[in-house]
Amino acid sequence: MTTPKKDFLHSLWDFFCSLKLTMFLLISLAVISIIGTVIPQGIPPQEYLARISPAKITLYKALGFFDMYHSWWFILLLYLLTVNLIACSFKRLPHIWKIISQPVTTLSNTLEQSLTNVATIKTSAEPTAVKERLASFLSAEFSTPVVSEVDGAWHLFAQKTPWCRLSVYFVHLSIIVIFIGSIIGSLFGFKGYVNILEGESVSKVMTRSEKEIDLGYSVRLEQFSMAKYPSGAPKEFKSILTVLENGKPVPDYTNVRVIVNDPLSYKGITFYQSSYGNAGNYYFTVTDINGSNPVSLTVAGQSSVTLPDGSSLHVLEATREVSQFAKDLSGPAAQVELHTPNGKAEAFVVYANHPELNIQHAKQHGAGPVIHYRGAEEKMYTGLQVAKDPGVEIVWLGCLLMVVGIYVAFFMSHRRIWIRIQDGAVTIGGNASKNPGAFQQNFEALVAQLKTALTTEKQP
Amino acid sequence: MTSSLLFNITTFAYLISMLLFFAFLASRAKAIGAAAMAVSYGGLLAQTVAIALRWKESYDMGVGHAPFSNLYESIVFFSWTIVLIYALLDIKYKYRVIGAFVMPFALLGMAWAQLGMNNSIEPLVPALQSNWLLYHVVTCFLGYAAFAVACGISIMYLIKAGCEEAADGKAGNGLLAMFPPTKVLDDLNYRSIMVGFPLLTLGIITGAAWANYAWGTYWSWDPKETWSLIVWFVYAAFLHARITKGWVGKRAAWLSIIGFAATLFCYLGVNLLLSGLHSYGGGGK
Ligand code: HEM
Repeated sequence: MTTPKKDFLHSLWDFFCSLKLTMFLLISLAVISIIGTVIPQGIPPQEYLARISPAKITLYKALGFFDMYHSWWFILLLYLLTVNLIACSFKRLPHIWKIISQPVTTLSNTLEQSLTNVATIKTSAEPTAVKERLASFLSAEFSTPVVSEVDGAWHLFAQKTPWCRLSVYFVHLSIIVIFIGSIIGSLFGFKGYVNILEGESVSKVMTRSEKEIDLGYSVRLEQFSMAKYPSGAPKEFKSILTVLENGKPVPDYTNVRVIVNDPLSYKGITFYQSSYGNAGNYYFTVTDINGSNPVSLTVAGQSSVTLPDGSSLHVLEATREVSQFAKDLSGPAAQVELHTPNGKAEAFVVYANHPELNIQHAKQHGAGPVIHYRGAEEKMYTGLQVAKDPGVEIVWLGCLLMVVGIYVAFFMSHRRIWIRIQDGAVTIGGNASKNPGAFQQNFEALVAQLKTALTTEKQP
Repeated sequence: MTSSLLFNITTFAYLISMLLFFAFLASRAKAIGAAAMAVSYGGLLAQTVAIALRWKESYDMGVGHAPFSNLYESIVFFSWTIVLIYALLDIKYKYRVIGAFVMPFALLGMAWAQLGMNNSIEPLVPALQSNWLLYHVVTCFLGYAAFAVACGISIMYLIKAGCEEAADGKAGNGLLAMFPPTKVLDDLNYRSIMVGFPLLTLGIITGAAWANYAWGTYWSWDPKETWSLIVWFVYAAFLHARITKGWVGKRAAWLSIIGFAATLFCYLGVNLLLSGLHSYGGGGK
């Protein structure tokens, strides 16, 4: 008699062991994951929020759609998958383990009937001699057999790579290892960013969740530079960094070149080239359309200033030498963006050595101010991503385990051969855990070889 | 000889090969099948040389890099991997007709690249200047190609299984008699995915390794990453479907087709319809 409670536990266990649940979870995860690729994740951009209705925003927020891969229900699905994985493995592993550790070494009639590959060879030779012959044949051609005598019949059993049956469990284990690595990373690591001005150093960085982290040392930006291809496309962003301990440069970490795809690591923390900008001043002169009322203007870094006519101006990009972009022109130039009081925005280039172009531009756009560029005092800063992840090695270990496990699971197979010598007949049976077609061919070839081996024995 | 001329020859070869495969289906003449296969091998050879040549041309221009860096180059490479995987399948199993369901994918890719895209060789933006680009792209695309082949085979399976059902299990006549038996198709479907799944897994892992190396996060749930995981889930479901009662045959074939649709979305849809870190030609973050 089972109590209802036990029944419940049983059905709960069966539920978690079921492969139908696996299918359901895998397909659900696939479908649900789509949401987060359509709805922007993290802090949603203003234009996006303006596009959808307030009711939708409230709904999405409540459901955690703006950070759905960390929402409780997504994590719950991952936990369910893990539990399913572990339960399933617990249920099946003992059976698999028994196949490996306690192989059936005799070919009984029931076993014979369950095998698809069976062949019989008649022989009149003496059974012990046949046994010896077959044992050495199997050792040479397949693998060393276990020989036993049961009820006057000789049985030989040989197998290859039985352990590869375990590979699937290593694949599943690898998923759990990867989860463990990522949890360690999120508990004991951080992801942050920092901006450093040329010549200055920092010892603290900001995490994505706006927490300040003390590095325990400082990092100085010696220089930032950017290289471009002739076409104007960016070629390289380069920061020269020095690590300082107690204000003194660390010998092997002095003037280290950091570019995209080539970070700097020191004491478990890694610095990645990510962005850059100019924090220095840009200088302009603004006049009326006829050149009167010149006003000097200084724009600091990324900020914007208001012109006499009420429009606001900020700098998108500037160069000391414009000829690399426009062959016929020379000298400094800046690409600026102008927001007029009536809400229009416009981006254009102004020059230091070509006032006529600046005037021409202003004329084309009515009677607005003429903007002349005078040059910049450059003070570059570099934007670095900063990360520490003590779990990452475990994640790579899990990945390795997964790749090797999948390879073994798909491309290796546990192959078994049984032979029974009884009443003047040699019965051979075999099977494989994978790829029955290929095994059948091998089996037939083996039986053919075996036939010749048995017949040549009789001749000498 | 330039790479772009060779790519045109390739496209033409794939077109001829596909038409020959269709003729083979209709006529059942062995010679036509052999010709179709020969032409596709010729195309594959031309394309191999063309890709190598384009690689060299980029070095001659002083912007040397493996030719997998923009949409044009990746589509061309995708076509190449599809024909390659199909050629391997043909060498091993010799089911010619499958070509009629696989070559159209390769042709479509080449035709789109040659007719609709700018094929100039561009220098690499900083974000792509890494050897990881090569490992990542090669593994991903070999995986995608295996899935493309599996999708073609699944379509054949559904057609054949559907007709057999309608004909009450009698072996079909005409066209269908050319198809391998459903059992074989089912097996080939599984085998192609068995090749594709480990490659996709490697592709995702090399991508994660690269992301970790380039900006310190191996996984950031950006749309491309997420879609590759979606594809991975679908094929993991496919693999488990085989050991779950009631999920073999038609349902498995549908999963394979859905998997390839997801693959295509991961590859193209994400770039063309969604925004993220992987937009071709765009810079780093
Ligand atoms: C809820 C999670 C999962 C459960 C319960 C589960 C369960 C199983 C079971 C019972 C098997 C058959 C083992 C046998 O033949 O004795 C299997 C096979 C396999 N599983 Fe999973 N699995 C899960 C998730 C995954 C995932 C996410 C992957 C992704 C790599 C995976 C990869 C495999 C592979 C490659 C095989 C071998 C399939 C084949 O031989 O065709 N499993 N799984």
